[in-house]
Amino acid sequence: MTENCSFATDHMEACGHRATHVIGHSVGRKDTQDKVTGHAKYTDDFSDNTMLHAALLTSPHAHARILSQDTARAFAAEGVRAVITGKDYPNKTGSPLADRHVLAIDRVRYAGEPVAIVVADSLAQAEAATKLIDIQYQPLPTIQSPKLSYYSNTPLLHPNLNPYVGDSAEVNPIPGTNIATHVPIRKGNPQAMWAVCDEIVECEVSFPQAHHAAMETHVVIAEVAPNGDIDITTSSQSPYSIPSLMQATFGIHPAKVRVHTPYVGGGFGGKSSPYIEPLAVAAALKVSGRKVKLRCTREQVMTCLPGHIGLEAKVRLGATRDGQFVAAHITYWFDGGAYADRGVIVTRAATQDCTGPYRIHHVHCDGFCMYTNHPPTTAYRGFGHPEQTLVIERAIEKLADKLSINPLELRRLNAIGPGDTTPTQARLTRSSIGDVQGCLVRLKQMLDWNGTATVKEGKTVIAKGIACVWKTSSTPQDASSGAIVRVNDDSTITVLSGVVEIGQGTKTVLAQMVAELFRIDIRHVNVVLEVDTKTHPEHWKTVASRSTLLAGNAVVRAAQDAIRQLKKTASFVLQCEADDIHIAGGYAYCADAHDTRAKIPIGALAKGFTFQDGHTVGEMAIGHGSYTIEHVTKLDPTTGKGVPGPEWTVAAQGVEIEYQKDTYSYRVRRAVSVVDCGKVLHPDLALGQIKGGMNMGLSLASREGYVYDDSGAVTNPQFRVYPIHRYGDHPTYDVAFLETPDLEAPWGLRGIGEHGLIGMPAALANALSNATGMEVNQMPMTPELLWRLQTNKGDGP
Amino acid sequence: MTKHEVTLHINGEDRTLVIRHADTLLDVLRLQCGLTGAKPGCENGDCGACTVIVNQLPYKSCIMLAIEATGHTIMTIEGLKHSPIQRAFAKCYAFQCGYCTPGFIMNAHAMLLHDTSIDEPTIQEWLESNICRCTSYEEIASAIRMAMSTMNANLPDNSKPNSPST
Ligand code: FES
Ligand code: FES
Repeated sequence: MTENCSFATDHMEACGHRATHVIGHSVGRKDTQDKVTGHAKYTDDFSDNTMLHAALLTSPHAHARILSQDTARAFAAEGVRAVITGKDYPNKTGSPLADRHVLAIDRVRYAGEPVAIVVADSLAQAEAATKLIDIQYQPLPTIQSPKLSYYSNTPLLHPNLNPYVGDSAEVNPIPGTNIATHVPIRKGNPQAMWAVCDEIVECEVSFPQAHHAAMETHVVIAEVAPNGDIDITTSSQSPYSIPSLMQATFGIHPAKVRVHTPYVGGGFGGKSSPYIEPLAVAAALKVSGRKVKLRCTREQVMTCLPGHIGLEAKVRLGATRDGQFVAAHITYWFDGGAYADRGVIVTRAATQDCTGPYRIHHVHCDGFCMYTNHPPTTAYRGFGHPEQTLVIERAIEKLADKLSINPLELRRLNAIGPGDTTPTQARLTRSSIGDVQGCLVRLKQMLDWNGTATVKEGKTVIAKGIACVWKTSSTPQDASSGAIVRVNDDSTITVLSGVVEIGQGTKTVLAQMVAELFRIDIRHVNVVLEVDTKTHPEHWKTVASRSTLLAGNAVVRAAQDAIRQLKKTASFVLQCEADDIHIAGGYAYCADAHDTRAKIPIGALAKGFTFQDGHTVGEMAIGHGSYTIEHVTKLDPTTGKGVPGPEWTVAAQGVEIEYQKDTYSYRVRRAVSVVDCGKVLHPDLALGQIKGGMNMGLSLASREGYVYDDSGAVTNPQFRVYPIHRYGDHPTYDVAFLETPDLEAPWGLRGIGEHGLIGMPAALANALSNATGMEVNQMPMTPELLWRLQTNKGDGP
Repeated sequence: MTKHEVTLHINGEDRTLVIRHADTLLDVLRLQCGLTGAKPGCENGDCGACTVIVNQLPYKSCIMLAIEATGHTIMTIEGLKHSPIQRAFAKCYAFQCGYCTPGFIMNAHAMLLHDTSIDEPTIQEWLESNICRCTSYEEIASAIRMAMSTMNANLPDNSKPNSPST
């Protein structure tokens, strides 16, 4: 580890090489008592007798013209207060591209698209009344494959793409086509280099859209006050993005919108798009003065709300005989669904990191986010990277096979490092990229990798598969976070930050940072766990594994500010220089004080210090701090040149499976991850993030994915037919961490919230390909898929 | 809409409530009793987030009518205090977002009421009715083992608990 760790500020204790007393230790989570007693309150847990309930009516058709809507019977039904349809709100909404109506007006573009809302005294009444709404549709032809959508542009789903209002830095739609965004990457000259390659491989990879499956479904409570103020409580990862969306959608001034976010029951990206907030506000505006609750059913989350993006991709990878990668040509046709939402940014994220953590000088990549008649898509844990990783890693595995080079050694040979450039030509430094080589070396030991990927024992094949992972965030150049640190009379500290506690434990980590800087017991640091956009300083979004970097730097600065204030007040009292004051154990004292009576509890300095005679010196100790992401630049629209994120966390991952040749079934025995996390701040939380991500990744890869009917409607929107991992489905998980510090981040930390997941689909696909001798390039990797692949090969059963 | 007055025995108290016949136990607990520990995750019997204990057995309260619960002893997470399984969940980091946690704890608690020396396959049989999307399940498995060993350590030899060990 480097010795000159100095992040953002000059605070010595913050350096990784100094002994820390709270950082690096597994202190209990701050939300433990709330969560093991059932006391923790999530959005749906707030209700009262006066609250009204909203129910959504969604389209049964994947693509249809709306001929007529008759709401009279629904409106007349018992308990009904309002029935809202698209005509009530001609406004468009959506971020970064306003390409949909709040409720469909003349056309629906996916089965599940909201068409009406009923507000009633009880949920049962609202739901019953939705069935009385009569809507006549004329079904239209649909398009399901993103690649076909690209080549045919028929049906053209958004003929009026041109006037849609969008953020041109985030989305690049092409009018007259079904392309919601196009992201080009041009590095070097691949065209000229194919001739130099001794071996070239090509693969096609595909998978359908999928579901985040946060256990809490999306819930919003909205109320419009008589003065027009709007109060929203929502299970969101992005509460601070809601006021501006309300302005864009309804023309409501952002200052009039207040958003509360209590505990959130998992997000995984699915709660980063404010998708149902406009619907809840549309309903609340019709019954102003009353709270309206809109809670999605599981089926609605799976059919109506944005899910995990689907993909069809093609990759061509060339190398020299000795295994040096030379050139890559990659095309992604992402299945973004009927509306752009965040799927277009996922597309950019995948494209900008398309090569994975490998040194490739010549890269041609096109990322297309395609409109189809499937549900829209948004961020999903990994944000384009599990997708990008599966594509490139399948090509690498195939190349290793062709070149007869040990797949792990081939990856080591090409591992990216400081001095190399990424596909967007960002030059890496020892700080901005973790240690890929080191991760592979460690993985080799942990996976007992001896160069052969398979061992056959009768009808059973034991196979291994590996993948390397990298990820940077796709944060805007001004992504910021603010924090407030208050010193209380009883010498405890209170921390305020706009990070949402979605389960990742960031607020516990922020408390650790404050405890470390105050040299105080973590039990004396309180964090406010809910978020209120009116009173908490803004935090960009709780996404992209960026919360500990952004909020961490802000909290560190706020704590240092509070400490500075305490020292100043103490210096008047103790009659010594502020610089000579120490703050530790809840006391302020002079550095050279031998006299322990000269220790002042910091609580006695919280509002200035009052002497016995009543006169007071100093002022209230309230520290504030903020941090805005650094070094990030926009990507050039024609070459993609630019710096997409502040640093890349890297990892090497592997799985070992047991495959039964006669039944095509398999079991994952164990899964291994080596993650360069910069610094382990909280060992158990870090482990929980990685292992949880691995479990989600294996579940996604092995058994998850929407099954559509002929028109494009999702046919499996329930957990009994969408079989995610349950207790006992999990293999053994082994995790190790390396610590190559990011010099910009507190204690050198790197984001790790998504990385456990990223390489799992690729590692599993490689293991299965090795086990079966076929190219397993699709998800979900079910026994049925393996059987089909075998059958298509011609020697199946 | 016809409503009915019923008395439910919840967490040691009798609660007299006016309900619709169609109301699920989950809705009545959450909306009428203010017991929001049991959560809706699917309202279809698929996820276990709504699990409560009825007569010492775990039930998914989203697919049980409140009216069916009359005359039975209902325990929700709010009625469980300082149990070995709660302590173990805390110690083993067996939760992250916490949304599945009350359901998992109630299911596991019912299992441990039943037997504190069971093997992995049996544990799986009990717990596979619940879904956790955040953890890797290994943390929950460790919590179960830890709770089992505390309970066994506190018991005289060869005896099994027959009441909530709180
Ligand atoms: S809510 Fe009852 S099982 Fe899911
Ligand atoms: S802790 Fe989030 S679902 Fe289990």
